[in-house]
Amino acid sequence: METILEVKNLCMDFGGLRALDRLDLDIIKGEIVALIGPNGAGKTTFFNCITGIYNPTDGDIHIFRTGKKPERINGLKPNQVTEKGMARTFQNIRLFPGMTVLENVMIGRHCRTASGIAGAVFRGKRNVAEEKQVVEYSYTILKKIGLERYVNDLAGNLPYGAQRRLEIARAMATEPFLLLLDEPAAGMNPHETKELDRLIETIRDREGISILLIEHDMKLVMRLSDRIFVMDYGRRIARGTPDEIKNNPAVIKAYLGEETDA
Amino acid sequence: MVTTEGIKRSFLISLWFMFLTFPIMVIRVNTIENVIEWRWKNMMIVGIGSFFLSFVWRWLIGRKEAGRKKSESGDSIEVPPGQRIMEDRRFYVPGLIMLSIFVAVFPFVFSAYQVNIMTTALIYVMLGLGLNIVVGLAGLLDLGYVAFYAVGAYSYGLLNYHCGLGFWAVLPIGAGLAAIAGILLGFPVLRLRGDYLAIVTLGFGEIIRLILENYNEFSFGPSGIANIPRPGFFGLEMSLSTATVYLYFILIALTLFTVFVVNRLQNSRIGRAWIALREDEIACQAMGIDKTKTKLTAFALGATWAGMGGVLFAAKTTFINPASFTFLESAMILSIVVLGGMGSIMGVIVGALVLILLPEYLRGLGEYRMLMFGITLVLMMVFRPQGLIARVRRTYKFEETVRQDR
Repeated sequence: METILEVKNLCMDFGGLRALDRLDLDIIKGEIVALIGPNGAGKTTFFNCITGIYNPTDGDIHIFRTGKKPERINGLKPNQVTEKGMARTFQNIRLFPGMTVLENVMIGRHCRTASGIAGAVFRGKRNVAEEKQVVEYSYTILKKIGLERYVNDLAGNLPYGAQRRLEIARAMATEPFLLLLDEPAAGMNPHETKELDRLIETIRDREGISILLIEHDMKLVMRLSDRIFVMDYGRRIARGTPDEIKNNPAVIKAYLGEETDA
Repeated sequence: MVTTEGIKRSFLISLWFMFLTFPIMVIRVNTIENVIEWRWKNMMIVGIGSFFLSFVWRWLIGRKEAGRKKSESGDSIEVPPGQRIMEDRRFYVPGLIMLSIFVAVFPFVFSAYQVNIMTTALIYVMLGLGLNIVVGLAGLLDLGYVAFYAVGAYSYGLLNYHCGLGFWAVLPIGAGLAAIAGILLGFPVLRLRGDYLAIVTLGFGEIIRLILENYNEFSFGPSGIANIPRPGFFGLEMSLSTATVYLYFILIALTLFTVFVVNRLQNSRIGRAWIALREDEIACQAMGIDKTKTKLTAFALGATWAGMGGVLFAAKTTFINPASFTFLESAMILSIVVLGGMGSIMGVIVGALVLILLPEYLRGLGEYRMLMFGITLVLMMVFRPQGLIARVRRTYKFEETVRQDR
């Protein structure tokens, strides 16, 4: 049981609004963890906090990487968080629509390569080799995700489901230890959802990447996740295995509302 | 094509145009005899002309729409003819040879005037390619680009006046100073995007110009700096015409150098990062790209070329004053990039040549010159919003895909 991410007492205020209220969460290596909750519960805010898009008001976010000291990553910039090994996707797809599919994935390799301006202009041996390696690595990832036939197409022209998968491919190119997926199945048809389900499991099993996902598709969540965290109004209201969550009265209350004497 | 509906619409359009142009085309006040001349013939011409032109206009729009629908449905991905020529060896090798022969003999065949305007056009090619890094690749709308051009020009003027430095010594210094100015501008605008960035850069451009105009002790104010030497060649004395030809070849060499560097940059890790920044800033950061560094390199590299262009401009005209660095220049360079095709090197080159040479060659039209120029720009943007030559997308081939591809 090796913890890789530990969030303690995380708070995020927007002016007078407390979007996240003393939130705790932890992820163990090799786990698929789901974060669920009604709309507006603060799930995406939580993602933005731990990936550096927002700077949390209070609390601690620690990452534990094998062979490295524990690190506190509050207040790091998004690109630094990605460099540390946490890559994300977005709820509303944010690909680079004017770039090809392969180029999109190659952007993911940016933080793992080092060529500078001089390298670009003079194209020394090292840079040529690096560039070749970037292309090959990216293509391998596209093959793993099953997008290789779109290699040279513009990302913006891809079918919706393929765009979602391309976002995952791009995130994987950064060699993360933890993949954060924000509603990966949103807008997908049942067939695409099933494919995504399989893909997420493969990523965990073959690549050894742990996964934290926000998702509204309960069938997907219950089938995939090892553990589930439930949020409402910026607080954690429950956590546990899918079975525990299904029967948790607090969760049922949050989703369906309370019975009142009318 | 010609339906009653179409005729009706064209008729209305021609009526509208006759009404619009009535005050300037029909009425003329003869101030000597104090009478009004009614030129009804002009009204006829406008009416008939706009009637037929509206047909042509609709036909062109229709063709453009059809083309877009075709490309959107995606089943027939046509390679545009321009791109085909550039990719097919049979076309571009002889084309390139002919072009280089033309470029080489140009100054010996044509008059000094022609060589001069071509030299100016080449300076704008460099400026356009520099701004292309900032606007076309990194997507940062910079309306104050002329500031860096001024920094380059004044670094030559002042360093020559005070320290007696020659052209070749100042060329890298001017480029470096402009790059520093680029970074100085870059820092405060890191958080800004789109319209806001445009306004701040516009202000920056004006600040530099106003400093040059008002700081007399430093820049000699509006009277500028005169007697800037032309580029030297190992201390050789040159007549004016030789110097003109020499400068032309310097610019050809520097333009080739610029094209080489910009081409390599845009097909590199950094170039990709710029394009990603243009496409989506948040996603770009989330994918591990340092926004600050990427933006600053774009600003600095873009400014470097403006600085070099400035040094060359000073060397060409031998006189500089702040009036040469107004917002109009920035707008011109930006038009070159947009008209040529954002992010496309070939496009920017063609754009610069068209925009700088066209007004010169249109001189035959006399007072209608700028009107024709304006109409050309409007038509270009309506029918080819992607620019004269759109950016050629780089494709990669893999063993597996080659077999699958048609």
